[in-house]
Amino acid sequence: MEHYLILSSIMFFTGIYGFITRKNMLAVLISIELILNSVEINFSVFNRYLYPEGMEGMIFSLFGIAISAAETAVAIAIIINIYRNLKDINVRRINKMKN
Amino acid sequence: METANIIVFYLLAAVVAVSSILAVTSKKILRAATFLLFVLVGTAGLYLLLNYHFLAAVQLSVYAGGILVLFIFAILLTKPVIDSVHEEHDRRKSVFGIFTAIAGIALTLFVTLKFKYNYADNTTISGDHEISMKLIGNALMGTDKYQYLLPFEALSVLLLACIIGGILIARKR
Repeated sequence: MEHYLILSSIMFFTGIYGFITRKNMLAVLISIELILNSVEINFSVFNRYLYPEGMEGMIFSLFGIAISAAETAVAIAIIINIYRNLKDINVRRINKMKN
Repeated sequence: METANIIVFYLLAAVVAVSSILAVTSKKILRAATFLLFVLVGTAGLYLLLNYHFLAAVQLSVYAGGILVLFIFAILLTKPVIDSVHEEHDRRKSVFGIFTAIAGIALTLFVTLKFKYNYADNTTISGDHEISMKLIGNALMGTDKYQYLLPFEALSVLLLACIIGGILIARKR
């Protein structure tokens, strides 16, 4: 079980690293997907190894997948709209709302 | 776990770990999306290994089928950002990112490996212990304890809100 947890923590922190360093908004979104995915692995692994008689972790993973799908759809809509207005999706240059 | 399971697990773990690192480090965004696809399919394989067949199917169809297509369309619709690490600010940010990631992994691994897990006497990990579809359906559609009708409906409202919001944001004016 620890091996699953090590794998998911590697995934989580690569996601964090990408979230901090990437410049393309879509790449940031990909990093968020990695983070959410590792969390879902954790839910189901804990469910399977520690509480195999229940199925709460699996249900939580299902809801998590659905929520992250919805979040991604809205985020991509926003990104495409930003691109249509500004012709650029570089995170460093999206500062129109500052001034 | 049996030997075959262990071998399959390490294979999948290697694929998932390497692809997730490549997904955040590769310069071309389309390549990053492809590595994300590998990560998601490998995760579906891990769910199969854990005997969560329904979860694996959902993962494949929602993530690998839906979200990836959305990503690839969005990437093709937008102009790629040139990733230049020449600026001083960006290099500092990259160093801080690596530092954060390594510190986080160290902390998490310390806690994870230190803690003594209270394993149940568990025979469901290997062998054929699929959770039946009927059980899942009852759990999602019931109102008793350990049944999840209310979150299910809240999720449907959330999806409706997402549809409306997506259309409102992305429509032509």
